[in-house]
Amino acid sequence: MPLQGTCREVGDIAVIDFSGRITLGEGSAMLRKTIRDLISNGRKKILLNLADVDYIDSSGIGELVGAYTSVRSADGELKLVYLTKRVRDIIQITRLFTVFDVQPDETAAVRSFR
Amino acid sequence: MATPIQRLEVTLDTELESVDLAENIVMRVAEAAGFDQDEVHKLGMAVREGVVNAYNYGNAQDRQKKILLTVEFEQDQMVVHIVDEGNGFQLEDVADPLAEENLLRTSGRGIFLMKAFTDELAVRRGPTGGADLIMCKKLPGPKAGGCG
Repeated sequence: MPLQGTCREVGDIAVIDFSGRITLGEGSAMLRKTIRDLISNGRKKILLNLADVDYIDSSGIGELVGAYTSVRSADGELKLVYLTKRVRDIIQITRLFTVFDVQPDETAAVRSFR
Repeated sequence: MATPIQRLEVTLDTELESVDLAENIVMRVAEAAGFDQDEVHKLGMAVREGVVNAYNYGNAQDRQKKILLTVEFEQDQMVVHIVDEGNGFQLEDVADPLAEENLLRTSGRGIFLMKAFTDELAVRRGPTGGADLIMCKKLPGPKAGGCG
């Protein structure tokens, strides 16, 4: 299933609920565009809900890293929540738990923003 | 009962659709070979990364070039070859994506994931000078041979 994302607000936090696959092509392009649009709209607090993302490849991981650095460069914060096992395993073996702020649930994630 | 596949060869176009196609082909073959769902997924991912490599780096997205995917069974292991028509590369020249200085790179994790999801990974020179990526995965069972 191609990646889809819907945006909702929790206070001043933009929560993007993604579903599908973050892979080379449409999926990673969609993620990139979503983040770019949020940044250009001045959003500083972004939470990516990956509960329904069941697959990510190295291109998708690269896009997540790119999203993280882009948001950080804009003096914002980007966090992840609800990783599926497969996504968690990829982030684990690529040592990206040392980069991403992965929160256990949305309540904790919302509380953790500055 | 269907005769088990011994060797399957597919010529893929250098286009994004070939990535999904190759992954699905290998996953079907792996399922038929008796791998469990987790191993099937890992094999599919490894092949996906290999074909992406061939598409992006080997063939540089040149639609005139082809990617050859071969799946075969030998000595109780499944062996996958992904051959491109590029200039080839050496595994030792690939930067370590786990190194601190590389963690924030947005690319460069494909080879690492291929190694993580297979038992052995090697790169040889293909017949036209491109890369022949060779991935081996032991079949469910006790015996195994060497890769490539």
